[in-house]
Amino acid sequence: MKEALAGYLYIAPLVLGLSLFYILPALASLYISLTDWNGFTSMNWIGLDNYVNLFSDDRFVRSLRNTSVYTIIVVPIAISIATVLAVMLNQRIRGVTVYRVIYFLPVVTMPVAVAMIWKWLYHSEYGLINQALGVLGLPTPMWLLDQRFTLVSIALVGIWSVFGNYTVILLAGLQSISSTYYEAAELDGAGTIQKFFCVTLPLLTPSLFFVLVISLINTLQVFDLVFMMARDSNMIEASRTLVYSVWENAFQFTKMGYASAQAWILFILIMVITIIQMIGQKKWVHYQ
Amino acid sequence: MALSPMRKVILHAVLILGVAVVATPFFWMISTSLKTFVESIQVPPTLWPETPNWENYAEVFRNMNFGVYYKNTIIVTVAKTLGQLVLCSMAAYAFARLNFPLKNFLFLLVLSVLMVPSQVVLIPKFALMRVFGWINTYWAIIVPGVFSAFGTFLLRQFFLTIPRELEEAAKIDGCSIFRIFWNIFVPLSGPALVSLSIFTILASWNDFLWPLVVTTTDDMRLLSIGIASFQGEYRTNYPLLMAASVMATLPILLVFVVLQRYFIEGITLSGIKA
Repeated sequence: MKEALAGYLYIAPLVLGLSLFYILPALASLYISLTDWNGFTSMNWIGLDNYVNLFSDDRFVRSLRNTSVYTIIVVPIAISIATVLAVMLNQRIRGVTVYRVIYFLPVVTMPVAVAMIWKWLYHSEYGLINQALGVLGLPTPMWLLDQRFTLVSIALVGIWSVFGNYTVILLAGLQSISSTYYEAAELDGAGTIQKFFCVTLPLLTPSLFFVLVISLINTLQVFDLVFMMARDSNMIEASRTLVYSVWENAFQFTKMGYASAQAWILFILIMVITIIQMIGQKKWVHYQ
Repeated sequence: MALSPMRKVILHAVLILGVAVVATPFFWMISTSLKTFVESIQVPPTLWPETPNWENYAEVFRNMNFGVYYKNTIIVTVAKTLGQLVLCSMAAYAFARLNFPLKNFLFLLVLSVLMVPSQVVLIPKFALMRVFGWINTYWAIIVPGVFSAFGTFLLRQFFLTIPRELEEAAKIDGCSIFRIFWNIFVPLSGPALVSLSIFTILASWNDFLWPLVVTTTDDMRLLSIGIASFQGEYRTNYPLLMAASVMATLPILLVFVVLQRYFIEGITLSGIKA
């Protein structure tokens, strides 16, 4: 009896807080998405109109496309780089801790700082990248200021700022692979490449799965980098992403009902993709 | 698995290439922060300024409310971290070790919060802040931030690994529930608590969308918003922007380098267990 009371007391602040600031708002947002609320005056029920209108909204469709392009670029490349690095760091060489720390630095750096550094690197005239390309006689595109390249430029920064995170996770996964598997493979005469594809990769799939799921969830929600790298130079049209569009509709155009519907579409998209991953894992993930 | 010297060289070469890719932007940030504006736009660029212009760092404080942004960010981060440590550890202890009706349902409720992306709750949460009158105050950023489903989950998983014998011995000695929590579980959870603190500090320091939405006056801004808005007015003064960036990121980078073991353990702890 006393234990039950204590139990409720101990969880009360947290559960009440989560309910008030997260669960209730989530439910409220579903309701708001079915209205034409502008944040100030009355809310009128309009059913699924917001959802229908979104799909004929050019801006929304393009933000869907941009987000997809961004994700398709960032996720596979970041995970591939992370896998290669993790495998290398798993070899018996010195300085693994130092390498790990350095690769992780972009992950803990403030997105503002990351955006500013890269805006400077990407600067069409004085940026280091174009200076170097110019010296080598290579073409010097305008990067962020060229509509064709804005999104890709930001995506490269996106890769740079996350691959360290995935490297660390995959390295931990690698270190949990028992060496007996490798020894058995060596006894069968397996070379390095074979060991990688027949032992390492299959046994790494649980960690790869985890990294794939979280990277998809996070990358689809990109906002900070786009806001900081494309907004002030008016390159938003070329790089508007879903979350940016939600923010814009809610707080710039005060179309809060509309923006809520958009947020729910994003949520459903993320859920669907995650569920597909969960189902698909049976096909390619080997649990020991 | 012994490696041939040739293999080792190739390995290190590739790894060092990776280091170059990561370190160059940081090096360039520091180098630019010490240049004068004129020197920064020199063609071809200088690798390191002729005479380091430390003035830039002081100039940042003159050109924007940098000190205020810093103060705000520190206050908010410390408050959120402490709040989370207290609330999440208490709730985690209850979920891990106490018995009460609807425990599993309530825990699932907590977990469900993890499923919902922040943009979905963004608008109603903002409306709530308006109703409470918390817009442009510390409360709007701190209060929602001390309730963490992630933190509760992380600590609960950790508490589950603490041997029951310790509790049982304490109960026989007549310890109250609070004493068991405070004198046994909390001290034993050092690593997990440090990991959670690191996550919270990092997330809070780098937070952008929520502070953007709930602060509109300059003196309530955090570092992230402050620096981002600086570029609108002084769009080409990169040395100042770089100096501001260095000062904003340095504390976290230092904390990270010193405590990196806990960072990495925390990530793998939550990763593997999740």
